[in-house]
Amino acid sequence: MTGAAFTPNEMMVVAAARELAGRRVCFVGVGLPNIAVNLAKRTVAPDLELVYEAGVFGARPARLPLSIGDPTIVTGATAAVSMFELFAFYLQGGLIDVGFLGAAQIDRFGNINTTVIGPYDNPTVRLPGSGGACEIAINAREVFVIMRQSARSFVEEIDFRTSPGNLGGAGAAATRRRQGWLGRGPTVVITDLGVYRFDTDGEMRLELLHPGATLEQVRASIGWEVRVADGVMATPAPTPEELRLLREELDPGGVYLR
Amino acid sequence: MTTSKVASMHDAIAELVRDGDTVAIEGFTHLISFAAGHEIIRQGRRDLTLARLTPDLVYDQMVAAGVARKLVFSWLGNPGVGGLHAIRRRIEAADQTDGDSAALDRLELEEYSHFGMVARYTAGAANLPFFPLRSYFETDLPVANPLIRPISSPYGDEVVYAVPPLKPDVTIVHAQRASAGGDTQVWGLLGCQKEAAFAADRVIVVVEEVVDERVVRADPNRTLIPGLVVDAVVIEPWGAHPSYVQGSYDRDNAFYLDWDAISRDEERLQGWLREWVHDLDGRAAYLEKLGVERLATLRPGSAPSGSVDYGEYR
Repeated sequence: MTGAAFTPNEMMVVAAARELAGRRVCFVGVGLPNIAVNLAKRTVAPDLELVYEAGVFGARPARLPLSIGDPTIVTGATAAVSMFELFAFYLQGGLIDVGFLGAAQIDRFGNINTTVIGPYDNPTVRLPGSGGACEIAINAREVFVIMRQSARSFVEEIDFRTSPGNLGGAGAAATRRRQGWLGRGPTVVITDLGVYRFDTDGEMRLELLHPGATLEQVRASIGWEVRVADGVMATPAPTPEELRLLREELDPGGVYLR
Repeated sequence: MTTSKVASMHDAIAELVRDGDTVAIEGFTHLISFAAGHEIIRQGRRDLTLARLTPDLVYDQMVAAGVARKLVFSWLGNPGVGGLHAIRRRIEAADQTDGDSAALDRLELEEYSHFGMVARYTAGAANLPFFPLRSYFETDLPVANPLIRPISSPYGDEVVYAVPPLKPDVTIVHAQRASAGGDTQVWGLLGCQKEAAFAADRVIVVVEEVVDERVVRADPNRTLIPGLVVDAVVIEPWGAHPSYVQGSYDRDNAFYLDWDAISRDEERLQGWLREWVHDLDGRAAYLEKLGVERLATLRPGSAPSGSVDYGEYR
């Protein structure tokens, strides 16, 4: 991006971190969510309790965790618990406000695929699978999705539903209630181009366009006719302090964000 | 005074891991017994079913070495880095062309979510026929794995999903310390090692150090697995490298990054296995080859816990 003082990935992580303002307990996913949540903790949500599926409640990581089970999430944490306790009591018990997920494919209703590209029994690409994502999508009170946007990832039909979002659209909320899910599903999708929220019929709608991104770029990188909010706003650019935290503290090697 | 269960890695694997077994080397990113995985490769076990939430590099290596027939798992990746390419070659279409005699055998998969795997070990440990959980609704996972089944509550009209018990023939865990009798203490991430150990028919504990039974008894809350269910204790400092041991050494992230390129190339990977597993006679040789300088960079600073007073009651 010529002339810009920040990269699309940095904008994406900053926008994701800001969404956590006012939230209390967040279940952290691998990769980009990890950075976004740790940025939020240092900016808009200092009291945020970080929960890692590896079995940590109230983490205070002193460095950006290298993986979802880094020893830095244990040292100084409120509690290190078994994974049974984490998934059964903290997540399924309803204590998680926000679950942060990434995705290889997502559809207009926020259903997520992280399992395979192609048929399950003979896939073109074998992806990692669910991990804890399927139970986070069902049991976290709400789900934030963070992912780079492309025509390959924003698709009309996902190849495998690993984590349920708004299912077939209207009626998803009724299904969730009837089946006793605690979560109301995805509420926001943050990409390198913009921020999407969901209409009452369960379909995502572009709400914010990042500085430097265009509607043409957005449309070219989505496999369906995307809804755009009336008077779509520009995402406020990252502040110098947000950029400093990302570059100096959270990703000094530029592994995720350059 | 309990009998010592201390054994060499060679003898523990030779006696307790058999062809065709279901083997669980557990430890969620933390405390992964690469030392045991390498010894299983060296001893040429075949047709193993490998169970683990996150197969990690250790199962990528074991699959590449030809010890496994099947994988039971919930997240298949190189944590924080990318894919597990040796395993992917045994799954993906491009490497699995029918009729191609050069193609590697397809790996059988049995796939769950993390909570599903933890629940399976829990059912196995508690001698239950299944474990219920609120996962899998409206997903394709029960289609991909028909062992994930809906079940009605006997107390109302709710439907939840059930997973079957997982009872490994052998569970192998790495730990900070144990007594010679196998009473095992762990701190840091606890994963599901306790459940996997109690669920198993045989248990091997690999430790950084063996301690006097009095050390265990001075802090009974820290005991994860009692010697009651342990068959062998193997002393293998640095035995979890390149994964980590809380308080002892950090993950060797450079190796996790390097593995990506190694495992993308089948020939290079087989060369790595020869150099770092087959041509070495055990963990001591591996550590010597790795070098003290590299190991020294993995030592963390100190962050001791306070101590508690259990009280004396006579």
